[in-house]
Amino acid sequence: MKNIMISNARVESAVLVDWMLRFADKILENKEMLTALDAAIGDADHGINMARGMEEVRRRLAVYVDEDLGALFKTIGMTLLSKVGGASGPLYGTLFLRMGVASSGKSELTNEEFAAALAAGVDGVRQRGSARIGDKTMVDALLPAMVALQRALEDHASLCEAMQAAMRAAEEGMKATIPMQASKGRASYLGPRSIGHQDPGATSAYLLVSSAAEAVCQAAQPDAIAEINSGG
Amino acid sequence: MKKLINDPSNVVEESMKGLARAHADLLCVHFDPNYVVRIDAPRTGKVGVISGGGSGHEPMHSGFVGYGMLDAACPGPIFTSPTPDQIVAAAHAVNGGAGVLFIVKNYTGDILNFDIAAELCRSEGIEVESVLIHDDVAVEDSLYTAGRRGVGLTIFAEKICGAAAEAGLSLAEVAAIGRSVSERGRSMGMALTPCIVPAVGQPTFTLREDEMEIGVGIHGEPGRQRSRLLRADEITDILATTIFDDLPFRRGSEAIVMVNGMGGTPLMELYIVFRHLAELCDARGIAIRRNLVGNYITSLEMAGCSITMMEVDDALLRWWDAPVRTPALRW
Repeated sequence: MKNIMISNARVESAVLVDWMLRFADKILENKEMLTALDAAIGDADHGINMARGMEEVRRRLAVYVDEDLGALFKTIGMTLLSKVGGASGPLYGTLFLRMGVASSGKSELTNEEFAAALAAGVDGVRQRGSARIGDKTMVDALLPAMVALQRALEDHASLCEAMQAAMRAAEEGMKATIPMQASKGRASYLGPRSIGHQDPGATSAYLLVSSAAEAVCQAAQPDAIAEINSGG
Repeated sequence: MKKLINDPSNVVEESMKGLARAHADLLCVHFDPNYVVRIDAPRTGKVGVISGGGSGHEPMHSGFVGYGMLDAACPGPIFTSPTPDQIVAAAHAVNGGAGVLFIVKNYTGDILNFDIAAELCRSEGIEVESVLIHDDVAVEDSLYTAGRRGVGLTIFAEKICGAAAEAGLSLAEVAAIGRSVSERGRSMGMALTPCIVPAVGQPTFTLREDEMEIGVGIHGEPGRQRSRLLRADEITDILATTIFDDLPFRRGSEAIVMVNGMGGTPLMELYIVFRHLAELCDARGIAIRRNLVGNYITSLEMAGCSITMMEVDDALLRWWDAPVRTPALRW
């Protein structure tokens, strides 16, 4: 009975804005770590670029008023597209633009609609970057997270529980990139030398999923957040 | 980190302002979004040639904006591709009704950003063609990598496409010439020292005094292989023979060659490399028809060099020889 009630909960604009603010905080906190991961197998700019983009997202959301979630996601997507650069800008930009299309005209999303919007976003990332599982990219964290989220919702978990499952899957996916040899992006130029390093894109993607879990759980039950933080 | 800068976050903008003041007769700069554009753009009926990429490779690309070469360049942050809004704004600034050509180096970020920009331009009524440069033979070209990186051959494509566009050729014709350049050229580079991205403050990799990195890219990324430091002639042997065998260049081939400095290597050393490269070409019966020796596509203060060779015929040589007036290339 409890599960059914919670699965009828709605994801509103305030939760999504909270998600983005938490993501911005995590990116800024981990800016040096992301850049160090990128220095090992890429070009040492992932933390710097994501921080620049998310600071701008935070500035724009501070004065954001539109009720339409499609417009909210489009604002986030266009900001990342124009401020991040590299491959991450178009990829994260595409993720939010596709979420925007999926939630256009709505001022709140059911759990299933939220999961479907996220799935559309992750699908956009896969298409834009033509990356698959095992390529050592952000898809390695995002796709398992999507699968875990949808499976948990099908099992009538609350959105908070489902996002926590997604977060755990993203973390496993992120760690699974360590032994992989990159076959997309700049890291692929290293050949076997890319093995043994955690992918910076999968790492920022894990931060995206974990900040979503925090925002969703905070909204569902303000106490749940402490549990996530102690567990993570 | 010791650099001649004021603030790591203003490096690109302050450098663009300096470029604009130094070459006010050739180009001007636009900020937010950032691009460098020829002073006389747009030219009615002329194809606009646009390139762009991360900053830190100067003079590429902004130093090649001017008569007979690029109409606009879109500098991104250091080692980071420009964004679609910059590229679209530059396309509007140079479009004289004949469409625009994007010269894109093969990096995932550059391709994604130029692809999105091309979609946006087309939706706004500007015809777009793209030429992809992927000349770095140090990178395995297979299904398992993002393909060969675009490096020194970019300069050749910008010069030759710029000349063809200046002569009034159509977008399809200029793009076809660009693709033929892309097929005919190969490059390979090496590093003696790493470089420091100003906002990072630390070298992007470390090399011992007696080590060098072979097959290095232009973004401070490590190369394919680290080895004991060799003499200039031995290094030239490795770079040149890999390039010769890849195209392949054969007895009787005619070529334009470039010995390029990575930013921190004296010209004196580049001539030592060119001297031996010329000897190797002589021995193989490859005729060097034109050459460039100098810093054209750099990686901040990295020490090292790259070699680029393109097989040419008389038609391509005519485009190469056509007049050019830019900050970094003029004849």
